[in-house]
Amino acid sequence: MLILHCPYCGVDADETELAPGGEAHLKRFGPGSSDAEFEAYLFQRENPKGVHFERWRHANGCGKWFHAARCTTTNEVFGTYSAQVTEPPRDIHDKITGKRPGWLSRWLS
Amino acid sequence: MSARLPKGGRFLNRSQPIEFSFNGKQLQGFEGDTLASALMANGQQLVGRSFKYHRPRGVVASGAEEPNALVNLGTGRRLEPNQRATTTELFEGLEATSQNHWPSLEFDVGAINARLSRFLPAGFYYKMFMWPRAFWKHVYEPFIRQSAGLGKAPNARDADTYEHFNITVDVLVIGGGIAGLEAARVAGSSGAQVLLIEQTAQWGGRANVDATLIDGADEEHWIEATVDALEDMDNVRLRTRVMGAGVYDHGYVLAYERLCDHDPQDGLPRHRLWKIRARQIVTATGAIERPLSFAGNDLPGVLLASAQRDYLINYGVSAGDRTVIVTNNDDAYRTALMLHNLGLEVKAVIDARAEANGPLPVAAREAGIRVETGKAIAKVKGVARVEGVAICAQVGEGAVLDEIACDVVAMSGGWSPVVHLWSHCGGKLVWDDAQAHFRPDPGKAPIGADGHAFVHTTGAASGLLKSDEILQNAHDAGADAAKAAGHKPKRGKAPTAASPDEAPIEPVWMMPQGAGHELRSKMWLDFQNDVKVSDVQLAAQEGFESVEHTKRYTTLGMATDQGKLSNINGLAILSKSLGADIPAVGTTTFRPPYTPISMGAIAGEARGKLFQPLRRTPMHDWHEANGAHWEPVGHWRRPYAFPRGSETVEQAVQREVKNTREAVGLLDASTLGKILVKGPDAGAFLDLLYTNMVSTLPLGRCRYGLMCSENGFLIDDGVIVRLSEDSWLCHTTTGGADRIHGHMEEWLQTEWWDMQVHTANLTEQYAQIAVVGPDARNVLEALGGDIDLDAETLPFMHWTEGRIGDFDARVFRISFSGELSYEVAVPASQGLAFWNALLKAGEVFGVMPYGTEALHIMRAEKGFIMIGDETDGTVIPQDLGLHWAISKKKADFLSKRAQERDHMTDPDRWQLVGLETVDGSVLPDGAYALAEGRNENGQRNTQGRVTSTYHSPTLGRGIAMGLVLHGPERMGEVLKFTNIGGAPIEARIVSPVFYDPEGKKQNV
Repeated sequence: MLILHCPYCGVDADETELAPGGEAHLKRFGPGSSDAEFEAYLFQRENPKGVHFERWRHANGCGKWFHAARCTTTNEVFGTYSAQVTEPPRDIHDKITGKRPGWLSRWLS
Repeated sequence: MSARLPKGGRFLNRSQPIEFSFNGKQLQGFEGDTLASALMANGQQLVGRSFKYHRPRGVVASGAEEPNALVNLGTGRRLEPNQRATTTELFEGLEATSQNHWPSLEFDVGAINARLSRFLPAGFYYKMFMWPRAFWKHVYEPFIRQSAGLGKAPNARDADTYEHFNITVDVLVIGGGIAGLEAARVAGSSGAQVLLIEQTAQWGGRANVDATLIDGADEEHWIEATVDALEDMDNVRLRTRVMGAGVYDHGYVLAYERLCDHDPQDGLPRHRLWKIRARQIVTATGAIERPLSFAGNDLPGVLLASAQRDYLINYGVSAGDRTVIVTNNDDAYRTALMLHNLGLEVKAVIDARAEANGPLPVAAREAGIRVETGKAIAKVKGVARVEGVAICAQVGEGAVLDEIACDVVAMSGGWSPVVHLWSHCGGKLVWDDAQAHFRPDPGKAPIGADGHAFVHTTGAASGLLKSDEILQNAHDAGADAAKAAGHKPKRGKAPTAASPDEAPIEPVWMMPQGAGHELRSKMWLDFQNDVKVSDVQLAAQEGFESVEHTKRYTTLGMATDQGKLSNINGLAILSKSLGADIPAVGTTTFRPPYTPISMGAIAGEARGKLFQPLRRTPMHDWHEANGAHWEPVGHWRRPYAFPRGSETVEQAVQREVKNTREAVGLLDASTLGKILVKGPDAGAFLDLLYTNMVSTLPLGRCRYGLMCSENGFLIDDGVIVRLSEDSWLCHTTTGGADRIHGHMEEWLQTEWWDMQVHTANLTEQYAQIAVVGPDARNVLEALGGDIDLDAETLPFMHWTEGRIGDFDARVFRISFSGELSYEVAVPASQGLAFWNALLKAGEVFGVMPYGTEALHIMRAEKGFIMIGDETDGTVIPQDLGLHWAISKKKADFLSKRAQERDHMTDPDRWQLVGLETVDGSVLPDGAYALAEGRNENGQRNTQGRVTSTYHSPTLGRGIAMGLVLHGPERMGEVLKFTNIGGAPIEARIVSPVFYDPEGKKQNV
């Protein structure tokens, strides 16, 4: 029973208020994409043991989607942030690397 | 024989006798008794039968770990099976019956299983009930059903009520022994909001029984003073009879309060489920004593040494007159000394250790008690109860050295910390060699959202067994928890306690250590499920190396006590059989709840009408009053039909179709989803969501639209209405309204967030009524108003708004029946008045309401698809002949890319057709069209299936829709369809449009 902070309405929301939405920051592939690209977009998902970025909707609250950075093994939450970004913001990166030195981000290489 | 002592019993109020019955026998106990103590006080030692062998069973423990004394409690609407007598507080008029025997507890035919036990080894069920295959249905399954389950399931509605309770606290302390009290006291001193819960009715835990001096005085003084101090703190709540059931992520805890199990009554909830959010948790849940494994350790009269002390001190009950104590540690000598001091006879202490020279054994010897070191029990003598023990050397194979007559065997195999709550949410354990138990590893606590531990453990639950250490540790744990919760605890001096030194325990997993098979097959590990040392050894031999597999194979720890009593004994036997260390074998997973909680508590108030919210249209009450036969659709109830007089539901449906086709019908269509999509980019957004073009829809027009998921499958359909330059009203299916609104929001917020669009689900803001049939226009015109309803002003697939009669209305000329049809939306508050006005105006035209089944038949006669009938999550619009509704002009929309995949363009996909039975009968729903040959599983190949099937009153015959291989190219061909229990039914492939194929009737 997680508690996640909704960045829109400011509520520390109980999991019963939230609906999970799977992996965050997927890039959509539409018409014109190759079969491989489309397959990866539709079906292939990260399943890390450790830091993960995921989508949540404050479904039984303000109704807004947001992103959360969470450790899948300990449920430590590094932060929640806007759904209207294509990659985790800098401050979230910093929080994770501050707590998990050596963590490698997909987006910062 | 067990009996009540003339005096004593801390919990008893001897001036308050209580009458109760066991198996119909009237007995008497006292206020403060548990059912177990009262039964023992009445000399009732046989309390039940074991599950597999139906062995006689007596009380073995005094708390939640009791595996034997399970009873059916209460009768009728208050009957509940599998209630533990040890945790059931006695009340006036309590009625209990024993379980798992026939015809009686004393004489049980099932006990024959015990004689056959050598033929019923571990995994018996898996080995036996395999072959021959034909035996399964008529021999094995009835046999298993007959013997399955413990106790009687109640068959009357529960008389009691239950409730849920939410609370947020800084520090939750679970367990009200001295550790929990001290932790709560220190945490409370910081001003933090503290909740202290205790599963029993009393504070103080075991300290009261194992007399300890705290701060130089009797423990009772300290306990009383501490409880008083806690009650005086405004920021501390204390509750007894509340069991910590489970610890979950981020400090969520479920606790189970038994409000009136000890005093059944109306007017109060029986149980309350506490849903607690705690910043920090302290588990002070104590420890449970382990049995020892010796032959005959399951006979009534064998019990835990600590339980014997509990019964003596708390309830003034002796388990018997002559006790033999068997142990591998010093703690059991407390029982010997207590018995001795109360004037009861201790025949001997059998100590498996080579030496026993700690203060407690020395005191026992000084009291004149016979102490035999290096010895073991070779065998307990007796058939239905203990009559004596045979003594042997622990290091030997069981050669009898001496026999001692006795009626009680008190055993102590050491203490196992109650680590359940620590473990539920990921806390790890370490094996403590010195104390021979698993205890929490404080370095690997459950982690909270901030990355720090949120569970602390203290007291015996953390592996500490000495009072002075416990109090110091609890003091620190309370302070640490308060601090971690953001408060400043006043660290003072922990109370001091005096407890005698104890010599180390010596792990003894089997008695004697060289016991042969004969003895091992009589050493019980799981008393309720009859798992013995020999069973676990057999499992290991047969290759069950994982403790989780051994558990399932042998049923070790699967009984109602979930291994609380003796799982560690079983793990030790398994590890020895495998030649592995105990920590390498590990434990099974600890799962909530700690002890069983009632289904009522889980349901709480959610029963009857509150189980699920019922959505009601504005006309719901009218339907109810006019005999609606209901159909659940999502959270709604929709009228399926309105039977009149002696009509059957089927006759009503046929009449409603006929009347609508020939005169005029009314349908309550209010449940259809109505989503407003508005904004400068609304058109572009809807073009991405629908497969067809939406942005070009002219003002005043309606268009049928399809929605597909990103991976191509049809998910919803409905009529889209262009309300204004920048706003569209999207109708969805009844069940799809919330889902589709969520779908829109998801894409809007997470993919196309730069679009300026706003959506609002207006489903419940409007009542919508379909006026359908050749007289539809006449009925509406009879109401008057300012809307021109004629075909030229308001043609098919147009809409307008204005007044009909006295009502503000939007009128959509859309038809799901093929008839002249107006769907009229009015504000929800006007819905019922408008419905009544239509009925009145329509009276002269023979208007009748119709239900969902008539709606379904009429749409099927027209070949209109229904989401959920023609679609099932694997169907794409192209399968349904809806190519015309898929835009070729749009560069992108959800599903466009997916529908280019080769599986989606496969010409062999089954396609929609109409089906007409050759004999006019109705095809079974879901029937398959048979093809030649069989597949690799020996099943008939198929080439299609029925998706909708009805008797059409219009055509007077059975009609159906279905998906068939190359269907549209096979018009006129006759296929055979499966018909369970009968001969296949022949049906001809036809056009799915059975009625008015030119669409003349709807367009007038």
